[in-house]
Amino acid sequence: MSEEKFTDINGKPISLECRSHSSFCREFVVSAPKVSLRAVMVCTCAVWLSAYAAFFVTKNTAVLSSAIVTTLVGMMVHIHLIKIDHERLLIVGSLGVQVSSCFASGRESATFIEMSSIKDIVINEAIHMQRVIYYLCILLKEPSDPNGVSGVVPLFQSSKPRLNCLVKIYKSCQEILGQC
Amino acid sequence: MVLKIFFPQCCNRADSGLLVGRWVPGFDSVVVLAVIHYPFIPGQVKKYLSEMQSAIQLELTVLGSWSMPKDGQEGMDSFLKDLSTIFPQGRWLQLSRELGKRGFACQVIGRDAAVPPRGQPKEGGDDEKEKVIFIHYDQRKVMLSHLHPAHGQEPAAEGVSELRLVFQTVAQSQPLFFLDKYDDGPIKLTHWQSEGREASILVELIKQASVPMCLVLTWLLSLWTQLRSIRVLNMWPVRFVSSKLSTCVQLSHRTEHLQTISSPRRAQQHADFMRKANIFVSFLVDIALGLLLISWLYRENRIGRLANTLVPVADHVAKELQELLQWLMGAPAGLKMNRALDQVLGRFFLYHIHLWISYIHLLSPFIEMILWYVGLSACLGLTFALSVVSDIVALLTFHIYCFYVYGARIYCLKIYGLSSLWRLFRGKKWNVLRQRVDSCSYDLDQLFIGTLLFTILLFLLPTTALYYLVFTLLRLGVVLLQGFIHLMIDIINSFPLFAGGLRLFRPYRLAEGVKFKVLCEEPGMSLHLMMEINPLKLSTAVQQYRIPTYSCYPKDSWAALCKKLFVGDLIYPWTPLHKGSKED
Repeated sequence: MSEEKFTDINGKPISLECRSHSSFCREFVVSAPKVSLRAVMVCTCAVWLSAYAAFFVTKNTAVLSSAIVTTLVGMMVHIHLIKIDHERLLIVGSLGVQVSSCFASGRESATFIEMSSIKDIVINEAIHMQRVIYYLCILLKEPSDPNGVSGVVPLFQSSKPRLNCLVKIYKSCQEILGQC
Repeated sequence: MVLKIFFPQCCNRADSGLLVGRWVPGFDSVVVLAVIHYPFIPGQVKKYLSEMQSAIQLELTVLGSWSMPKDGQEGMDSFLKDLSTIFPQGRWLQLSRELGKRGFACQVIGRDAAVPPRGQPKEGGDDEKEKVIFIHYDQRKVMLSHLHPAHGQEPAAEGVSELRLVFQTVAQSQPLFFLDKYDDGPIKLTHWQSEGREASILVELIKQASVPMCLVLTWLLSLWTQLRSIRVLNMWPVRFVSSKLSTCVQLSHRTEHLQTISSPRRAQQHADFMRKANIFVSFLVDIALGLLLISWLYRENRIGRLANTLVPVADHVAKELQELLQWLMGAPAGLKMNRALDQVLGRFFLYHIHLWISYIHLLSPFIEMILWYVGLSACLGLTFALSVVSDIVALLTFHIYCFYVYGARIYCLKIYGLSSLWRLFRGKKWNVLRQRVDSCSYDLDQLFIGTLLFTILLFLLPTTALYYLVFTLLRLGVVLLQGFIHLMIDIINSFPLFAGGLRLFRPYRLAEGVKFKVLCEEPGMSLHLMMEINPLKLSTAVQQYRIPTYSCYPKDSWAALCKKLFVGDLIYPWTPLHKGSKED
């Protein structure tokens, strides 16, 4: 297991954990920063203060209860559907690659890509908003054309690590891909 | 190369024995299906395997040996190695596990390698120290599940995938799992069903009853289709009317569905099975909802009260229309109409309404009885009730439809006349042969009459346009209402309830892919992975298994619709697909 100081494209610190289960099976976990308490408190206070202001004007208690319900529902939706806690890449030589993202509530959504449909794992450049970033992606084979690429699966889309982190993962993956 | 062994979870604690399974062709992997226990007679094992092979149509072989020594059972090693000579294979797997340890040990012996004597270290290290991955899978779930093709992949590319072959192997090996530990045969197996087959009496009864019921249903449907193909019913007026009434369309749609369900052959493909099941479940739910509606309607004689309000409502609509026409004949919204044309059109439409109301009043004593019997048709399903409502709305607002057609035709003629005479005004002509506008020299009298007519039409335009606008808006209102009812019918017809229910309660049956988890390993042992089924997303399942329906939504874009309205072309919001008349 190894941990170093990495950041994502916006400068926020992320952490990378590399685990080697066997000579042909490795796992990489990129963790994003957790939900910050300050942001939660600021949002809640903003919603509730505006609810109190509305109550002061309209004298209707439904405003307050709807503010409470909105805050609760919003927080549940955020941690279950939006906030990604960590992203995992499991590469098993001659079997395939599994890409999974784990949400803050514990839900995990995974996709498995078989080795027979993987052409290569490369680092690509992309234009994202107003800047050019690097991202790691899997190239899929085209069944009819041996030299063609039928699709690109980008990895670590929500944590968006920087090049140094990507290079480390890339080297490790290429070792395993080269074996089979 | 790495050897992948797909090992069923149910055999993790099995007693020592022989491994039976299949080598996956084209990939370096093997699927273990069952373990045959000692004591056995090799001849009987071979006979059993060849029987199974002809039943399953797969190449089942003895893969190797499995040893989980209990207390006092040492000394199996040499016995196990000798077995490889009885069952000659290309590669012989020797898996062993010790109680208390979680990892498996595996030795792979190739065909040409000599069996190393006991106690001595192996020579020629690497090609015998093959790397091995154990992938544990839940046999029952993999057997029942159907792996869907990945997004965007055609079914033709299926055979190349290793996982698909593994799933197919387990699914096709169902006859292998029929022997359980209570059978008094010469062979003792361990697999997911070896603790005993479970069955439910209800399911067995339904299976036995389904074939005669299918035959009865087929016979009834053949009677019905014979009835429908009587010559009288196929003549032009009846066919035209029945293609416009949504009840008849829905009836023919349901007949097709019933024909699909009632075929006594089992569905071979997964897609056919899902289709039949979806149609069956949605049909049952439809009928249940229809019966619920009937019980609500006929309680407290609500249907009588509904029938009693129907004629006053029609009267009220007619009165509102009359007031509208009186308003148009005056000075509507402050606009000044051409009095003569106004009076003609207004009186024409008023007389029409008068006729319509007379017919409604003629029918009014019978309406309650008609509605009572028509309401009973809801027992055929909620969709029938809704299509009857849609037809009643269409019949009650038939005069609005007529007014719309008259107004649109007059307006359309006027617009065409105006555009043609405008070209004449400028000295041009429409060339039908070349489909373009050409210049043309007219005679003086042609120009004179043309200009006169142009002026007349131009000044009569506001009146006609206003009538057209009013009746088009009314017609669009009725179309919206009918469209909403048809949308409801369509949703009930096409929503795949069985697929949705399967995804919610048995998510492993519809698999989008697999998920792997690394099981915690002990140093020196090979890698163990746990393979779980990744179910299809609910939205994908619903979209994929939608039952195709007859409705076609209007294919006009908004721009084309506006253009048609402006020019005065008649708009038909929907036409039944199978009649072939696409006049959108």
